[in-house]
Parts: sequence; C-alpha cells; structure tokens
Amino acid sequence: MVGEELTKHAVMELLSEIADPEIPVVSIAEIGMLRDVHITDEGCEVIITPTYTGCPAMGIIEADIKALLDSKGINSKVKLVYNPAWNTDWITDEAKEKMRRYGIAPPEHSSCGDIVLAEAHIACPQCGSKNTEVLSRYGATACKALYKCNACKEPFEYFKCH
Amino acid sequence: MKDTKQLTYEYALHLGDNAWVLSHRLAEWCSNGPILEEDLAITNFALDLIGRAQGLYRYAAELEGKGRTEDDLAYRRNERQYYNNLLTEVPNGNFATTMARQLYMSTFEYYFYSALMNSKDETLAALAAKTLKEVKYHMAHASDWVVRLGDGTAESHYKMQEALNDLWMYTGELFEMNETDAALAEQGIGVDLAKLYPEWQQRITEVITNATLTLPYAEYMQTGGRKGVHTEHLGHMLCEMQYLQRAYPDAKW
Repeated sequence: MVGEELTKHAVMELLSEIADPEIPVVSIAEIGMLRDVHITDEGCEVIITPTYTGCPAMGIIEADIKALLDSKGINSKVKLVYNPAWNTDWITDEAKEKMRRYGIAPPEHSSCGDIVLAEAHIACPQCGSKNTEVLSRYGATACKALYKCNACKEPFEYFKCH
Repeated sequence: MKDTKQLTYEYALHLGDNAWVLSHRLAEWCSNGPILEEDLAITNFALDLIGRAQGLYRYAAELEGKGRTEDDLAYRRNERQYYNNLLTEVPNGNFATTMARQLYMSTFEYYFYSALMNSKDETLAALAAKTLKEVKYHMAHASDWVVRLGDGTAESHYKMQEALNDLWMYTGELFEMNETDAALAEQGIGVDLAKLYPEWQQRITEVITNATLTLPYAEYMQTGGRKGVHTEHLGHMLCEMQYLQRAYPDAKW
C-alpha cells in the first residue's frame, strides 16, 4: 500500500477481512459495525459503531483494525460513533445465514418490535424446528441467549435481537 | 448561570454514576448467583452497565474539556463527588433485595431512556437508543423474578414483599428535579423526570399485583445522592472499587 494512493475503497476492502472475535464466521463489515473510512493527511480514520455497549470484543476489534492497517504501512485512528445506534437489523442476510450454519440462531425479526415477547419460539439452527424453549435469556456473551430444541434435543445459542 | 455545556457535563456524569455504581453492585453477585443461569444474567447486566457508564463518562470528559478520561471520572473522585441516585448503591441484601432494586431501577430507566432518545443532544440521544435496548431485557428479567418469588412459596413471598418495602423509600429521589434537570428539560436536552412518575408507578403496580404482592407505601422518601450526600454504603464500595487504581495509578479499563 505504501507508495500507492490511499483510497477509502481500498481500506474498506482490507478491513472487511476482520472477523468478529466472538463469532469468527462473520466480519465486522457484515455485522454492520464498520461504518466509514476517512482518508486524512496522516493516513486514515476508521469509523466504527459499538454493538452491545459492554461488549468486551470492542477493544479487540479496535486493536485488530490498527494492527492490520499498521502491517500495510497505513497510519490509522479508530473513532467510535454512537449515532445512529447499532442494531441487529444491520447484520446482512448472508451473515445471518453464516451464523446459522455455525450453530448460532440469528436474530429473527426487526429490532424495533417487542423483543421479549417475540423471542419465545426461535427456530433451531440444527434441525429448523420451532419447538424450542429458552433455558436462559443470557448466554456466554451479552449478545446471546441459551435455548434448547425439543425436537432434536440439542441446546443452541440465539443471537438476541437488539 | 451555567452554560449548556457545563449542564450537559453534569447530566452525563450523573447518568454515568448511576450505571457505574449499579454495575459494581451487580458484579458482586458474580459466582454467588442462586443458579448458574442467574449468575450469567446478573453479570451480563453488569457488563451492559459498564459499557453504558464508559460511553457516558467519555462524553462527560469531552464536555468538561480538562483532559480527564473516563478512567479518571470512574476511579479518581471521592464519595461526595458522585451523583448517583441512592437506590443504585444500596447493598445487594438477599436475592429478593437485588431483584426489587433492579425492578425499580430498570423500570425507571425504561421510561427515562425512552424519553432521552428524543434529546436535542445527539450523543445523549444515541446513547439512550442503545441503552434502551438493553434496559428492556433487564426490566423483563427483574419483573419475571419479582412475579416468580412473590407468587411462589410463603417464604419467597414474604422476602420479596420485605425487599420491595425496604427499598421503596429510595424511589422518590429518581423523580426529583434539580436545577440542572430543569434547565436541560427546558432546552429539550434533558428529561422532565416528574412526568415519568405516573407511568412508572402504573407499571410497577402491575408487576407487584401480578406477583400477588402489595404496593409499598412510605410517607418519607430518602434523598441526597444528586447532591453528593450518600448512604454509609457508598464509601465502602468505593474503597474496594478504587483500590486498584489508587494502588496502581494509570491502570486502564
């Protein structure tokens, strides 16, 4: 990259490879966190939006962005922007399908609805049955809940609507 | 007369303090939850609140413009410089006490942040939109537990009622308006707290009635947190919370 002219498109391309540390099958671009890149006199400024406020992956993602651009000889700054607030509708359909194949049930409906009532019968990512029940609204990470499928008997995680 | 920036700084600081102090209380349950799922739930709440506090403190520090960071605001103030509501600092007690506190507080936060989403201050509005999504889960969870315990055994019913009664006197302060609140509500930046009370009371009454419990009543309401006058518990909590930062200055989040 050094010597070439730095473009927004090229930096976005590079950054689209960075995976979410908690769900490595999806990238930060696919999940909707990567908002924009501004080319500046010093290099570039990467704009990201936090997903869940207390998500411990945020720090890792910032570090990953800086490290990747550093390795390409690009000086960068990471800026967090809260407005508009991130929501699960920003996750692309392809990413939701990748999540499902990875074994995590993707958020099933728009984040604008009544989240709690709508999450009663989530389709099992293994067998597709809707005969499932919630074991715990809170799972291993802030973004996921723990479910059990009554058809195939497998437990699974559900990426909560947000 | 304080300018809008100064008022907004105070506002963000107060909201950050509420999130920060409650987060620390909830984190105290880590590894002590009554069941594994509850351990995960309560620590997830704590994590949400840390994230919220971090966003609010960062914004407050920026408004203040004195080069302080979110760490300085979280760890390097003394008891009298914290402006959280007293309800957030009351000790965990038994599990029913923690759920009563969470019901009162998250229901308040639900109405508060719903209103703050319309703030003319873009950062506060964005942080409110984010927070509201998390608060919905907290409120649903606390409501479920209050109903389960209230409508449970004679013992759990008794403990839940006791907890609701004990904490009731801290709820009045949530709706008190100080000069900062009044000035910012006037400018469309802050929330008119007094207006939230009827909705809050109605929702709380519904949950408590569902739980076969009785809505507490108190002639006297405790106050002071917004002025930096706290219960005897906050100082002890800060001793523990700030120990690392005081022993090893400049340690990062």
